[in-house]
Amino acid sequence: MSILAKREKRLLWIACVPMTLLALSCIYPVFFSLNNALKTNKGYILDRFGLVTDPTFDNFVTAWQRAHLSDYFVNSVITTGGAVLILLIVSSLAGFALAMLRFPFRRFLFMVILASLMIPVQVVLVPFYRTIIALDLVNTRIGLIISYTAFFLPFSVYMMTAFYSRLPRELVEAARMDGATILQIWWNVMLPMGKPALITLGILNTLYCWNDVLISLLVLQKERTVMVGIAALRGEYTTNVPLLTAGIVLAAAPIVIIYVVFQRQIVNGIAVGAVKG
Amino acid sequence: MGSKAERRIGLLFVLPAIVLVGLFRIFPLAWGFILSFTNSDGFGKSAFVGIDNYVAVANDPAFRDSIENTLILIATLPIWVMLPLLLAILIHQGVPGGKIFRAVYFFPAVLSTVIIGSIFNVVLRFDGSLNAFLKAIGLIPVDWLGNGATALGSLIAVQLWATFGMSLLIFMAGLSTVSKELIEAARLDGAKPLQIWVHVIIPALRPIIEFVAVVTTIGVLTSMFGLIYVLTAGGPGTATTLPEFLIWLEQGKMNQPGYAAAISMVLFVVMAGLAYLQIRIMSRNANL
Repeated sequence: MSILAKREKRLLWIACVPMTLLALSCIYPVFFSLNNALKTNKGYILDRFGLVTDPTFDNFVTAWQRAHLSDYFVNSVITTGGAVLILLIVSSLAGFALAMLRFPFRRFLFMVILASLMIPVQVVLVPFYRTIIALDLVNTRIGLIISYTAFFLPFSVYMMTAFYSRLPRELVEAARMDGATILQIWWNVMLPMGKPALITLGILNTLYCWNDVLISLLVLQKERTVMVGIAALRGEYTTNVPLLTAGIVLAAAPIVIIYVVFQRQIVNGIAVGAVKG
Repeated sequence: MGSKAERRIGLLFVLPAIVLVGLFRIFPLAWGFILSFTNSDGFGKSAFVGIDNYVAVANDPAFRDSIENTLILIATLPIWVMLPLLLAILIHQGVPGGKIFRAVYFFPAVLSTVIIGSIFNVVLRFDGSLNAFLKAIGLIPVDWLGNGATALGSLIAVQLWATFGMSLLIFMAGLSTVSKELIEAARLDGAKPLQIWVHVIIPALRPIIEFVAVVTTIGVLTSMFGLIYVLTAGGPGTATTLPEFLIWLEQGKMNQPGYAAAISMVLFVVMAGLAYLQIRIMSRNANL
């Protein structure tokens, strides 16, 4: 047994080598972007993969100001923030009702929301765009906020319903006895109790909205979100790699920070969401 | 049934979610379905043309190429499942630094496909960093993104690299649910670690493996737009065009929405089939 265990240990140490290489490749984009963002364009052309020798911060300033990343940031912050807020409110209302209240068509409505997972934006691209135009929401931030909410909602409703259905229904009945209205129960009991799930959903939806490009290309055509801005930057400054990578660093920074701080919630949220639905 | 107030307010609370989903997903789906049978020019004029759009789609070389590309992608599915499974097994067996590996492997999955696509576009383009490196060590540069076969290969490799961490997480979650008693019993019967894996753990993981395969296929069909958009723009030619990108190109033309809608309907049927599989696997999981 101990010889076997020793051999197993050694094998695991050997496996560590390719696994470390793979891990290095996963953080390589961070090194690549930072390294090149600090080069001058001339410096990059002379040495395309070497370490920066004479770091400059000019590219960040240019990307932020002249390439309008600052404007795109404002758009992204407003649309992501707005969408996440609405997503949390709408999904906790729906989740609370679906899990705890008794009303007609409850199961049917839950199935309708779940079934809409089968309709990704690609499948309805043309008619969705026309709906947005018909409602006069095209090229507005509120239009993008509503679109994000519509497309990221089913997963959130599912998570909140699953979370609330694990809580005892007596919570509602006891509060009703005390004379609380259902709206008060939602605000005073359900929102505080739902905090763990709401935090996870808040983080995941922030990632989805901030990283989106397809929906925002469609809805917000005149102004840009950060990711659309990066895609455009790649097209417009195709020969200026340091400027592009500086833009990438700025655009990805919020996500990288969120990942480092909330790693546990993200990892757990994804695993739970995936295995259970 | 609850009280009258509960019935009314219950409906009221679900209403916002239903309105959003109904207005922006279900209604457009129905509209797209109708649109796919018309020859609308996008500016009001429209007539019913039966299945003409679908016939045209079936005869469209770009659509055929996009299906062919999808099939090539799906043919690589075993790698997409086996690689994260193998890594999950190694981490589960206690590779030194396993927690760090798990966190680092997942990192690319939180980055936007636009970020990943832009970085790899710079790395893989003909005058990019990879070729500069190859030249420096005396190898011949390759036009990774300019040549049909290597462009599709690059797209597949980048997407695999960007998402294997997600499947790894799912496998790790699945592994933690495998019965410890079962493993202990096999160990007491004298089974070696490898035998335990092959005969006990992997069979117990079967539903999770099926789940990862289905979820990966759904991801390949619906989450690669951003990557294609910045890495290859579907080219060269149609070498890296997948159905979702083709729909984008067609809708951009604006003058034949019926045609774009018909391609969308084909994608919807495939998605619905996959979702059915996913739900079946998940409900069987719940019965375990």
